[in-house]
Amino acid sequence: MPLSTSSNFARPDDAFRAIVEAHRGLSDAESADFDAALVLILANHIGDIDVLREAIVLARRRMIDDQQQQQQQ
Amino acid sequence: MAQAKTQFGYRRHPDQDRPGPNPAEHAVVVVGAGPVGLSLAIDLAQRGQRVVLLDDADRIGEGSRAICFSKRSLEYWDRLGVGDRMVDKGVVWSVGRIFHGESQLYQFNLLPEDGHKRPAFINLQQYYAEAYLVDRISDLPGIDLRWRNKVTALEQRNDSVVLTIETPEGAYRLHTQYVIACDGARSSLRQMVGAEFAGQVFEDQFLIADVKMTAEFPTERWFWFDPPFHAGRSALLHRQPDDVWRIDLQLSRDADPVFEKKPENVRPRIARMLGHDKFEFEWISLYKFQCRRMDRFLHGRVIFAGDSAHQVSPFGARGANSGLEDAENLSWKLDRVLRGRSPASLLESYHVERSLAADENIRESTRSTDFMAPNTPQEARLRKAVLSLAKETEFGKRMVNGGRLSVPCSYDSPLSSPDADAWRGGPRPGCSMLDAPVGERAGEHAYLTDVFRKGGTDFALLSFSNRAAVEAPDGVKNIRIGGEDGLADSAGLAAKRYDAEPGSAYLLRPDGYVAARFRHPTGASIAAALSRAEGLN
Repeated sequence: MPLSTSSNFARPDDAFRAIVEAHRGLSDAESADFDAALVLILANHIGDIDVLREAIVLARRRMIDDQQQQQQQ
Repeated sequence: MAQAKTQFGYRRHPDQDRPGPNPAEHAVVVVGAGPVGLSLAIDLAQRGQRVVLLDDADRIGEGSRAICFSKRSLEYWDRLGVGDRMVDKGVVWSVGRIFHGESQLYQFNLLPEDGHKRPAFINLQQYYAEAYLVDRISDLPGIDLRWRNKVTALEQRNDSVVLTIETPEGAYRLHTQYVIACDGARSSLRQMVGAEFAGQVFEDQFLIADVKMTAEFPTERWFWFDPPFHAGRSALLHRQPDDVWRIDLQLSRDADPVFEKKPENVRPRIARMLGHDKFEFEWISLYKFQCRRMDRFLHGRVIFAGDSAHQVSPFGARGANSGLEDAENLSWKLDRVLRGRSPASLLESYHVERSLAADENIRESTRSTDFMAPNTPQEARLRKAVLSLAKETEFGKRMVNGGRLSVPCSYDSPLSSPDADAWRGGPRPGCSMLDAPVGERAGEHAYLTDVFRKGGTDFALLSFSNRAAVEAPDGVKNIRIGGEDGLADSAGLAAKRYDAEPGSAYLLRPDGYVAARFRHPTGASIAAALSRAEGLN
C-alpha cells in the first residue's frame, strides 16, 4: 500500500490541534524529545517500511524545496 | 596479565634447503594460524589436501579476544573433530538481558527450542579455541604448520603464486597454486596485493577488561545502557571459563588511551560495576571499532578470509564466527577446484556469498555501534525515545539495539536453484541447514548435523520417506528420514523444521547450505541442481 497523502481525518483541524497542544509549554529540547517518541510510535503503528520510506522522502523533499525557495527570495 | 598459553618452536623445513631457482611446490598455503586459518587448514586436510600453514609468531595470541562462538561455528567445529572439546571447556549460554539504568528492559533467548545438538553460543577464550585447533592439526599428517614463517613478498603468476618467507634462519621461497590469507585485520598480504580496506572507523573508545573472580552472576549476556556504575554510557558483561569475566565499557571519544589502559585506572571502574575489588586482571585492551571490507575477496590466486577480508565491531559476535563461515564456504570449493572436479570459477561464488555475509555483518554491527554511540544530538534523542518507550511497549524493546548476535547469512547465490514448488517454511535454497533430533536406531539419539557430517561432508540428499524414494546421484550421500530403512523422526521435528511432506527432498552442499529442494524430486531435477551447485554450469 503506498503512502496515503489524501486527507484521512474527518476533522483535520482536530488532528493538527492535538499535536500543537501536545507541544504547549515545552522547551525546544523537550519538544524535540516528544517528537522523537511520537514519530517512533506512529512509524511502528504504520508498520510498513515502504510507507515509512515514502514518508521520509516526502518530508525531506518538502524541507529541501522550502530551503531553496527561501534562498531565492 | 595473561601469558601466552602455548608456545611453539620454530623448526627448519627441508623446503628451506631447496636451491633458489627451484623452490618447493605446494597446492595450498594458508597464511595466519588464528581460528580461521587453523580451521580452514583442518577442513582442507580432512578433504585430503596437503596444506602448508604459516604464522609469523611462535605462540598463540595473548588475551581472550573473540570469546563468543555461535551454534553455526560449533557445528563446523564438530565437522573438524573439535566441537566436543570446545563445548566441554566453554560456557554455554542462550539468554541475554538488556538493562537501562537500574532496571531490566527485556531479556531474549537465542535458542528457545529443544532438539538441537549445539547451543546458541558458547563463550570460550580464543586462546583455548586456537590451542584445541593446533592439537587437532597434530593428528592430521596433511598439515605442515610452520611457526615464525613470515611472508614478506608475493608474486602472482598465471598458474601459481611465489611467496618469499622470512624465518629466523633467513628467507626462502615457495611456489603454490593458491594462497589463503587469514592474516587478520592488519593483513600484510592485503597490502602486498595492493587492495584497499575501506569503511568506517567509530570515534568512541571501548575498554575491554577480562577479570578473574568468583561471582554468582548467571551465564547470560548482560548489556546496560546508562548503568548507575557507568553513567551515560554502555557496559557489557560475559562469563568465560576459569572464572574469567569479560567486561566491556564504553569510554568517551576524547578519553586518553594510555591513561585509560593502566590497570590502576581500570580497577576503580570495574570495582564500581561489581561493587567490590576482589578480582585480578587477565587482559586489558582499548579499542576504536572499525567496520570495513575489501572490495574483492579474490585477488588472482590469493583468497582472503576472516578479518583480513572484513572487519566488524564486536557487538554481535560477528568477527570470528563470520571468519569460520568463510572457511567452511571456501574449503569445499577450493578442494573441488584443486581436484579438477569444478572449474576455478566456482571460487567466484565464495566472493559472492561471503560478500553478502560481510555486508550483512557490517550493516548489523554498524547499527548496533551507532545505537550505542549516537553520532548527533538527534540520534541521541531518538535513542532516548526508544529506551523510554521500551519500558512499556513491545515495539520499543525490539528497537533497542544492544547487539544483534551472529546467525548464518542467507545467500542469494548463483549456486542455488530457485524453488519450483510451494513451501510454507523450512530453509530456502541459500540458507543454512537446520538441526533436528533423528534416531539412528530405536532408542539411540542422534542429530541431523551429526548424520550429515559422518564420513566427511560432501553433497547430501536429505529425503523424507515415501515408498518410491528417489536415489541420490553418485557421490551424493543419502540421508533418509522416516520409512522402514530411514532415520526415525519420532518427535516429527525434522519434518516440521523442513516443512516436509512424504517425498520432499533437500540437496545440501558440503558446507551444510541448502542448494535446492523439491516436493517431487526426479533424478533429472536433482542432477541439474547438483551440477549448478558444483559450479559446472
